[in-house]
Amino acid sequence: MTDGVAPPGNERPEGEPGWYSRVTGVGSSIRQATVIPALALVSALIIGAFIIAVTDVDTIRIWGDDPGEAFRLTFSGIADAYKALFVGSFGSIRAITETLYAATPLIFAGLAVAVGFQAGLFNIGANGQMHIGGMAALWVGFSISVPAFVHIPVALMAAIVAGAIWGGIAGLLKARTGAHEVITTIMLNFIALYLVDYWLKSSVFQQPGRNDPISQPAAESAQFPTLIGNYRLNIGFLLALAAVWFVWWLMYRSTVGYEFRAVGANPSGGKYAGMSVAWIYVSVMAVSGGLGGLAGANQILGLEPYRGLSNFAGTIGFDAIALALLGRSHPIGVLLAGLLFGALRSGGREMQGAAGIPIDLVLVVQALIIVFIAAPALVRAIYRIKAPDQDGGTTVSTGWGT
Amino acid sequence: MTANAPTVTAEVKTRATPEERRATAIGVILVLLGAFVFWIFGLGVESGARSNFNLSLPGERFENLRWEVSSQWLAFIVAATLAFLGGFVLRRSQVKRTNLALAIGLSLFVLAFLTWAAADGSFSLVGMLRSSVLLSVPVTLGALSGLMCERVAVINIAIEGQLLTAAFVGTIMGSAWGIWAGLIGAMLTGALLGAVLAVLAIRYRIDQIIAGVVINIFALGLTSFLARRVLSEAQELNSPGRFPSIKIPVLGDIPVVGSLLFNHNMFVYVTFLLVIALHFGLFYTRWGLRSRSVGEHPKAADTVGIDVYRIRYRNVIYGGLIAGFGGAFLTLAQVSRFEENLTAGIGFIGLAAMIFGRWMPLGALGAGLVFGFARALQQKLGILGTPIPSEFLSMTPYIVTIIVVAGVVGRARPPAADGQPYIKD
Amino acid sequence: MRLELKGITKQFPGVLANDDVHLSVGEGEIVALLGENGAGKTTLMNILYGLYTPTSGEVLIDDEPLELHSPSDAIAAGIGMVHQHFMLVPVFTVAENVILGDEPAKRAGWLDKQRARKTVRDISSRYKLDVDPDAVIEDLPVGIQQRVEIIKVLEREARFVVFDEPTSVLTPTEVEGFFNIVNGLKNDGKGIIFISHKLGEALEIADRIVIMRRGRTVAEVLPADVDEEKLAELMVGRPVDLRVHKEEATPGDVVLSVEHLVVLDDRHQRAVDGLSLEVRAGEIVGIAGVQGNGQTELVESLTGMRPSLGGIVRLNGEDITTNSPRSIHKRNVAHVPEDRQKSGLVLSFTVTENIVLDSYYEAPVSRGILMNWSAAEERALRLVEEYDVRTPSVDVAVSTLSGGNQQKVIVAREFDRDVALVIASQPTRGIDVGSIEYIHSRIVEERDNNAAVLIVSSELDEITALSDRILVMYDGKIAGEFDPSASTTEIGLAMLGSQGEAGAM
Repeated sequence: MTDGVAPPGNERPEGEPGWYSRVTGVGSSIRQATVIPALALVSALIIGAFIIAVTDVDTIRIWGDDPGEAFRLTFSGIADAYKALFVGSFGSIRAITETLYAATPLIFAGLAVAVGFQAGLFNIGANGQMHIGGMAALWVGFSISVPAFVHIPVALMAAIVAGAIWGGIAGLLKARTGAHEVITTIMLNFIALYLVDYWLKSSVFQQPGRNDPISQPAAESAQFPTLIGNYRLNIGFLLALAAVWFVWWLMYRSTVGYEFRAVGANPSGGKYAGMSVAWIYVSVMAVSGGLGGLAGANQILGLEPYRGLSNFAGTIGFDAIALALLGRSHPIGVLLAGLLFGALRSGGREMQGAAGIPIDLVLVVQALIIVFIAAPALVRAIYRIKAPDQDGGTTVSTGWGT
Repeated sequence: MTANAPTVTAEVKTRATPEERRATAIGVILVLLGAFVFWIFGLGVESGARSNFNLSLPGERFENLRWEVSSQWLAFIVAATLAFLGGFVLRRSQVKRTNLALAIGLSLFVLAFLTWAAADGSFSLVGMLRSSVLLSVPVTLGALSGLMCERVAVINIAIEGQLLTAAFVGTIMGSAWGIWAGLIGAMLTGALLGAVLAVLAIRYRIDQIIAGVVINIFALGLTSFLARRVLSEAQELNSPGRFPSIKIPVLGDIPVVGSLLFNHNMFVYVTFLLVIALHFGLFYTRWGLRSRSVGEHPKAADTVGIDVYRIRYRNVIYGGLIAGFGGAFLTLAQVSRFEENLTAGIGFIGLAAMIFGRWMPLGALGAGLVFGFARALQQKLGILGTPIPSEFLSMTPYIVTIIVVAGVVGRARPPAADGQPYIKD
Repeated sequence: MRLELKGITKQFPGVLANDDVHLSVGEGEIVALLGENGAGKTTLMNILYGLYTPTSGEVLIDDEPLELHSPSDAIAAGIGMVHQHFMLVPVFTVAENVILGDEPAKRAGWLDKQRARKTVRDISSRYKLDVDPDAVIEDLPVGIQQRVEIIKVLEREARFVVFDEPTSVLTPTEVEGFFNIVNGLKNDGKGIIFISHKLGEALEIADRIVIMRRGRTVAEVLPADVDEEKLAELMVGRPVDLRVHKEEATPGDVVLSVEHLVVLDDRHQRAVDGLSLEVRAGEIVGIAGVQGNGQTELVESLTGMRPSLGGIVRLNGEDITTNSPRSIHKRNVAHVPEDRQKSGLVLSFTVTENIVLDSYYEAPVSRGILMNWSAAEERALRLVEEYDVRTPSVDVAVSTLSGGNQQKVIVAREFDRDVALVIASQPTRGIDVGSIEYIHSRIVEERDNNAAVLIVSSELDEITALSDRILVMYDGKIAGEFDPSASTTEIGLAMLGSQGEAGAM
C-alpha cells in the first residue's frame, strides 16, 4: 500500500523490520502491504455480515417457524446493508464527496496518532485533543469578526495551539515523571469531555436562550467553504492533504523528525546521541496534539451546525488508532487508510439510514481489520524471525516504569 | 590483606538525592495545604458553625449515631497538624517517612474539607464510606485482573473492554435466564477476551498495548452496535435484576463497621476474599512463585522447566475471568441495565489502581478504596451543593488517576519483564 | 555414564550455527569447549539443554538417545547448566531461586519454605559454598550468585554440569575458588563441560579440550600436548598474536580529571562513591574491576548521561560536571558505550542513519532544520570504507550486521574527528577476534595521536594488554593503581577490595 511512495533514501530496505513490523510483526513486501489489508477488509466484512445476521431480532424469531423465509430474510438483510454501504461510499458523485468529507477528520487524527507511533509514543488522546482544539477554534470562530481568509487561519492556529498544549501535558508528564502516556491521554480524554460540557453551559460559549449544552455557531467567515457545488466536501480535505505532506516532510526530511524517529526506536540511543529525550516527548505530543486539534477544528468549522455539542469528537479519536496502524504510521498510508475508513463511515451512515444497521458496526469492522492484519502475517513473521533477542525494543511499550 | 582497608572518607559535599528533593516538595505541599485549610476551611466558616456527621444509616439497629464538631476548630487543628507534618518532612533526615506523612496529611485534608462542606449541616459519613466500598469493587477487580496479567508480564489494557463486554453479556443472559446465568456468562466473556489478548500478545507477539486497545475498540463498537440493534428492539433483554444484599448475622449489626463491610451483595464479599486469596496465592504457593518468576525473568523460569507460555495463557485468562466478574457487578448489582459505554474508563482507573497498589493484591484493594472514595465524594458533594461545578467534580477520579500514575504518591518497580514478549528460540 | 552429542547440526535462517558437531564427556571428567564468540558454543549448549531443537544429530547418554524438547527433559536426564547470564530472578531469595520449578510443597501447592532453606543449607555446607538461603539475589555479588546457580544444578541432582563462560564475571582470586568447587564436583563423579574462550583456564582445569570454529568441532587435544599459542591458532584458524603492539606511552597534560565524584545508580544507591582519577594525553588508563562496582555509572556520568550527586569532572581544566551529553561530545570526547545495542546504535536505523547519530544537527549533514541525506550517505560510505565495516550497503539496517561490525560503526562514528578523550566501555565485548584486534589497534592509534584514553572492561586480559596504567575499581572507589606488568594476583586482590601494594591513591 505504501510502497512506491516511500521517501527516497530513507525508507528501510526490503525485508527489514520497520516500526510497524516491529510492533505488529507484519513484514513489508509489496504483496503483504496490499494483499493482507485487502484480505483483512474482506474477512472483517464477512464477520460483520455474521454479526448482522445473528442480531436480526425479527428474523431470528421466525427461524423456528419458517427457516426458508428466515434464511432469505437474513441474506437480503446482509445484502441490503452492504449494498447501502457501497452505494453510500462510492455509488455516486455525492457519495464519493461524502467519503472524502468523512475521511477529512480521520486523516488529521490518524496523523496525530501516527506521529506519536513513529516516536514510540502511544497517543490515545486524539479524542481529548480534538475536543480542546475544536473548542479553541470555535471560540475564535464566533468571538472575532474578520474576513474569511484571516478568520479561518487564525481559528486553525488556535486549534493547533490548544491541541498541542493538551497533548503536551501528556508528553510533559511522561518526560518529568515517567507516567505512561496511554493512561494519561485516556484520562485527559475524559477530563476534556467534561471540560467541553462545562464550557458549553458557560456564558462564554452557550447559545443564548438555551439550557442544554450547545454553543453559539461559528461565524460564517470561519466556516470552511465548500469545494464543489452544493456538496458538503470542503477545504478541510485540502488542509488534510497539506497535513499529510507536512508530516511526511517533518518525519523524513527534517532533523526534528530524525530525532523523533531515533528516540522512538531507542530512547537511550537518542539520549546517547545528545538528544533531549524529555523535550522530544513533549514536542512529539505537542505536534500530535496539534494535529488532533485540527481534527477537532474540522468537526466544528467544517461540519453543520458549526456549533459545539457534547462529545462532538465522537469515536474519531479511536478510529484514528486503527487507522494509523493500518496505514503503518506512514503519512501516505494514513491518507489511504483514512479514505478507506471515510468510505466505511460515509457508507455506514447510508447503511444506518437505508438498512437500519447501527453505524457502530463500522467500529467493529475497523477493529477486526487490525486483528486480521496482524494475525496471519505474524505467523509468517515468526518463521522469518532471525535473532531470538532483538534490541528488546520489539515493543512500543515495556511496562509502566521509570 | 583481605579485609577492607579503611578508606579515607573525607565527607564529600553532595547535591540532594531525588528522594530528598521529593521530600522537600512534599513538605512544602503539606505546609501549603495547612495554610489553605487555615484560611479557607478555618477562617472561611462562621465561628459558631458545627458540622454534623451521621454515623449510621436509617433503619439500622443502632440508629442516630452521630458525631458533631465545631467546623472552625477542626480546621484549625488539621491546619496545625499539616504544618507540623510538613516541618517534620522538611528535615532531611525524614526521607523515609515521607509517604506516611503524605498519606496522613491528605486524609486530614479530606476530613477538613468534609467538615467545611458540611458546616452548618449534616452529612452521612457512613453512607458515603459505604458507597466508597461499593464503588471500589469494579476498580479493585479491574486492578486484580491487571495484576494477574502483569505479574506474568502481559500488559492488560483491555480491562475496560472486558468489563464492558462482560457487563453487556451479563445483562442479556441475566435478563433471559436469571442473574446467576448472567454472572457465569459475564465471567466467561471476560475469560474469552482474556484468551484473545493472550493469543495476540503471546502467540502473535503483537505489541500488548496495541492488542489491548484493539480489543477495547472492538468491545465498544460491538456492545454499542448490539445495544442499539438488539436491546432497543427487545427491551425485555435489558432488565436483568440484581444480586440482593446479604447482611452477615451479628457482624452486620456492629455500628459503623457493620454497614460499611458486612451488609453488601455477594460481589463485595467475593472481592475481599479474592484479594486475600490472591495475596496468599502469589506469595505462598507454587503457582505464585512460578507466576512471579515468569513475570520477572521468564528465561530463568524456562531454564528450570517452567512452561512460560502456559503460565501466561492461564493467568491472562484468569485475569479475564476476574474482569468478567467485575463487569457482572456493573449490570447485575450496581445498576440493572446496560447502557452504551457504561464503564466510562473504570477499566483504566483499575489499571492505575494496580500501579498505585504496587502490583500487590492488598495494594489493589487499598487503591480501589481510594478511587471509590473519590467517586463517592464526588457524588455526595453534588448532593450537598458545593460551589464547584458538577463537571469538575466528575473529573475527580480521572485527575486522581493522573496524579497516581505520575508517581506523585511514590513509585514501585513493575515486574521486570512487564510488556515484553518471550521469544523462546 | 557417558554423555554424547553426535553429529549435531543447527540451521538458523541464513546461519549455520552448528555443523556436524561431536562432543562427549564421561563421569569425573572435565572437558573444555573452546571457541571464539560466535563459534557456535552457546547454540550447542542450548541444544543440549533442550532450549533449541537440532536440525539433525542426537544427544545420547550411554548410547541411549535422549528426547530433549525442553529444559525439563534435560534436567530429568541429569543435565544441569550454569548459564553465562545467570538465570536467577533478582527479586527472589536464594532459596526461592533454588526451588523454582522443583518446589517442595505441602497440600494445595502451599510452599514449604523451611524445607527449601534446609536444602540450600545442606548443599551449601556439603560443597563449602557458604550461601545464605534468605539473601535476596540482587543484593549478592556475582561470585555468590554463581554459587547459587551451582546449588540449583546440584539440587536437581545433575550428573553432567555445563558451565558457560563461568569465569568471565569473576576476579582472578575468585576463579581459583571456583576451580576448587569444580574439582570438588569432578571428584564427586560429575561430568563437566567447561565452555570458555580463555585459553589459560582451559589448559589449567580441563582433562580434554575440544575446539570449535565457525560451527564445527575442529580439534580435540589434551592439555599436555598444547600451549596457548597453539590453542589460539586452532581457535581462530590462523596464527594469532595475542599481544597488543604499542610503543611506550608519553603522557602529556592532564585531560580528564575527576575529583570526589558521587553518582547514584537506578536504585538510588551510591554506585560511585567519592571517586577520583586523572587521565593524561597520550596514555591509556584501564579500569579493571568486577562488574557492578560502579563502572557503568562512572562512565555514564563522565559522558553526561547520568547526573552526578557530588564532585567535579574537568576536561582540559574546564568544569564539565553538569554538561549535557551533547556539549561533552562537542568537546571532542568519543564515547564507545558499554552496550552497543542499547545505547550506541538505533538498531532499526540504517548504517547511514547511525553514522550521523552524533552529527545530524550540524552541517554538512543538515542545513538548519533540513536533513541533507546525500551528505550523510557520503560520510557513511567514507567511514564504512575507512573502518572496514563489512556491510552489503549503507542502506541496510544496522541490526543485520554482526556484533563486530556494529561495534566498528560506533568506533568509526566516534573516532572520525580530532579526539581529545576516548571513553570506551567494554569495547570488545562479544565480538570476534579479528574485530577485537582491529578495535584495539584503533584505540592505540588514538593514544599515539595524543588523545587521552579511558578504558573500562571486565576482561582483565584486555585491560592489561591495552593499558599504560591500571586502576582497579571496587565499591565505587579506586581500590588501587598498578603498572600493566603487575601480577594478576595483586590486581585480583584489589578487585576484591583490598588495597594493592602499588596502591597509591
